[in-house]
Amino acid sequence: MRPVEVGHRGGERAPRSTRLLGRHELPIACEADIVLVRRKARSLAQAYGFDAFATAAITTAASELARNCWVHGGGGAAVVEELYDGTRHGLAMEFRDTGPGIGDVEWALAGGHSTTRSLGLGLSGSRRLVDEFALETARGEGTTVRIVKWKRF
Amino acid sequence: MSPIPILRIGTTLLCSVHVELDDALAERLQEDVLGTIERTGATGLVVDISGLETVDSYVARILADTGRMARLMGADTVLAGMRPEVAATLVRMGFPLEGVRAALDLDHGLALLAHGRSGATEGRRPGRTAP
Ligand SMILES: Nc1ncnc2c1ncn2[C@@H]1O[C@H](COP(=O)(O)OP(=O)(O)OP(=O)(O)O)[C@@H](O)[C@H]1O
Ligand SMILES: [Mg+2]
Repeated sequence: MRPVEVGHRGGERAPRSTRLLGRHELPIACEADIVLVRRKARSLAQAYGFDAFATAAITTAASELARNCWVHGGGGAAVVEELYDGTRHGLAMEFRDTGPGIGDVEWALAGGHSTTRSLGLGLSGSRRLVDEFALETARGEGTTVRIVKWKRF
Repeated sequence: MSPIPILRIGTTLLCSVHVELDDALAERLQEDVLGTIERTGATGLVVDISGLETVDSYVARILADTGRMARLMGADTVLAGMRPEVAATLVRMGFPLEGVRAALDLDHGLALLAHGRSGATEGRRPGRTAP
């Protein structure tokens, strides 16, 4: 099945100028791992001097997407990348699982929709908190969500 | 012992969250708070969340639900001390915060409850409202 891809604001920068300063892979294999992923996001954002708002944004988005990876995707991993685009630092986080995939991406991203009778704010909400958001999913194969948050000047 | 102590001041319960809330701990807090309301007959609850650096939709929902549940048990709830970045994040995510009473800090939270008691009385336990 063809993967569905959704992205935004990804084309603003030339990717070749972005340098990778560090990379961390964290498993998401139990509920407690959600907290570890969230802590990693927070500690890196603080280490790079993100302000309190940007730190809360990336940390909360990480928490939402890690929970989705665990609850809906049956677990997987988070890959965190420390980026530098020549003028500013950024954090990229990719959440991968090999779960059932998202059947209706538009529905899931619209917000307020959930297959678990929750609020359905995780995907749509985290999308609003970050600078770049890309989702790739295929039925029966899994879901990957990549977000990037850049440090403000 | 709960990692999040719940203090009783007269008919008000005070609960300060100073540890990071994971899902299990948030659920435990909810149960502890509701159990304490039942035991003490408290008519007010202030949850001080100034120590919370991250509130995702899961924890926000538990906090909001706890307030609604406490309300059904006759206790008014005030969320006190939400950090600016937490408020901004929840609003940007579109988290529904209607029905959640909030105060800048603990003092304001207690004042809000005291004010509510001498004002409107709907929904309180009989015999526990101020004249
Ligand atoms: N990794 C995933 N794998 C499979 N389905 C997913 C995944 N992430 C999200 N979904 C689907 O998209 C829907 C919306 O996700 P979203 O995070 O917005 O809401 P939720 O997880 O149901 O509730 P909330 O996050 O508000 O508690 C989910 O209900 C689920 O059906
Ligand atoms: Mg979710």
